[in-house]
Amino acid sequence: MEIDPFIFRLSIFILSIFIGYYVVWSVTPSLHTPLMSVTNAISSVIIVGAIIAGLAGNSDNEFTTSNILGFLAISLAAVNIFGGFLVTQRMLQMYKKKKKDK
Amino acid sequence: MSANLSAIFYLISGVLFILALRGLSSPETSRQGNFFGILGMTIAITVTFLSVGSFSSGLIYVLIFLLIGGLIGAFIAYKIPMTAMPELVAGFHSLVGLSAVLVAVSAFLNPEAFNLGSQGSIKLASLIEMSIGAAVGAITFSGSIIAFLKLQGIMSGSPITFRGQHLLNALLLISILALTYLLCSTQSSNFFWVLLAVSFLIGFLLIIPIGGADMPVVISMLNSYSGWAAAGIGFTLENSALIITGALVGSSGAILSYIMCKGMNRSFFNVILGGFGASEQSSSSGDKEHRPVKNGNAEDAAFLMKNASSVIIVPGYGMAVAQAQHALREMVDTLKKNDIKVTYAIHPVAGRMPGHMNVLLAEANVPYDEVFELEEINNDFANADVAFVIGANDVTNPAAKNDPQSPIYGMPVLDVEKCKSVLFVKRSLSPGYAGIDNDLFYKENTLMLFADAKKMTEDITKNL
Repeated sequence: MEIDPFIFRLSIFILSIFIGYYVVWSVTPSLHTPLMSVTNAISSVIIVGAIIAGLAGNSDNEFTTSNILGFLAISLAAVNIFGGFLVTQRMLQMYKKKKKDK
Repeated sequence: MSANLSAIFYLISGVLFILALRGLSSPETSRQGNFFGILGMTIAITVTFLSVGSFSSGLIYVLIFLLIGGLIGAFIAYKIPMTAMPELVAGFHSLVGLSAVLVAVSAFLNPEAFNLGSQGSIKLASLIEMSIGAAVGAITFSGSIIAFLKLQGIMSGSPITFRGQHLLNALLLISILALTYLLCSTQSSNFFWVLLAVSFLIGFLLIIPIGGADMPVVISMLNSYSGWAAAGIGFTLENSALIITGALVGSSGAILSYIMCKGMNRSFFNVILGGFGASEQSSSSGDKEHRPVKNGNAEDAAFLMKNASSVIIVPGYGMAVAQAQHALREMVDTLKKNDIKVTYAIHPVAGRMPGHMNVLLAEANVPYDEVFELEEINNDFANADVAFVIGANDVTNPAAKNDPQSPIYGMPVLDVEKCKSVLFVKRSLSPGYAGIDNDLFYKENTLMLFADAKKMTEDITKNL
């Protein structure tokens, strides 16, 4: 009997939850704010779906509602991707160790 | 690009996202982690473009919208003050939620583009996944908007409750299930729209009863939701990068919510059901007597600290509101010049989001190895000369340890009272969000400094 591909995706999903569980517990509490901003940025990988929606179908210049919703989703996700990674970068740059001489 | 090849690349970007989170286990590896995240995202986006292959005239629009969004995002990232991080994160969550909704709707309207069957006969599994993604996305969106408005102060931070609230929420949640069932059995788009509308409403209703100081839990919870929404869409699109990321973000947010709840010694459901701080306030205000407090000024505080050999600083939300972190750091610099040992003690729920205080101190150039978590530093209070409490209140309240009647009884608190003397910078004697009095204010060795946190800190520095 063949296994439905859904089961494979479900396996990836469940295993990723476990990976997430162990990885996030190892995050140091002082970096919890950057953790939130970076998870914010990576969850915007949903832009993948938005790009597919935006590029779907038609070769002529007419856009379907589906295309337009895709465009909107692209810009929303892009705000998040750029904003999320850059603000994380900005925060992480501030975490410095004590300088010995001073 | 073949479907198999792109699936492998999506897997790679999923792995890079795992490494991005892994990097955050210490500040040294964190920047590398962020780089992995960016790399993963770049791969995912590039592969998507390549796998679509034939470029229609839509491509130019896709790029334009990508650019517009990117510029707005970059602008916000550079402009935003660090004190506004909670609002920013809440705002970003709402965008993830909304884009999940838009992608789901777009897939619903044009299922062929996503290989989900044709309109009116979308595959059952896809339809269920789509409904979950859209519903969770919509809840994330409206919930985050409310959280944003509360954090920004546009909407009052006090809980909004009404009778039958929980019943209404429960009914709405059940109706979501019913609507999903109807949608799947009839394929009628009307049910899909109603499903979306109900989900938006739930997000709104879920967050309004939760008070301002419970925001750390709310933000973490919405973080988690945005992950589950992404995962739901990931199943619809059969995209492993999205599924992995969704699961990572979902569990990350859930763990943070758990940590925050533990920091307040409250169950998750207790926070979610809301209304905290509204009912207790009325019961405790009745028997409030006016007890004398020792009122000090900057000179007294400077004198106390100058004669100390070790000082522990306890920052709280008030420091963020007054933007006092830089002034605080200057004060500490002066203290250090006088060979006084200074450390910082951070309570898990200090501020309005997890790690809020750490970021503010980092912004003010406080080295992270001088900043300690509750468990690490709590024993040191007994040996310290001065505790300088700036903008914190409930997290220092000894009632959590010795008054079983107190609403915060059992909450882990910083043992500030064990210090030889305590300095409290506060604007007034008003109780904290829990609406309870803090016995520390009236202790023999406590000196209250009633002023704006920033101004007081600057004045103390002048007097040192």
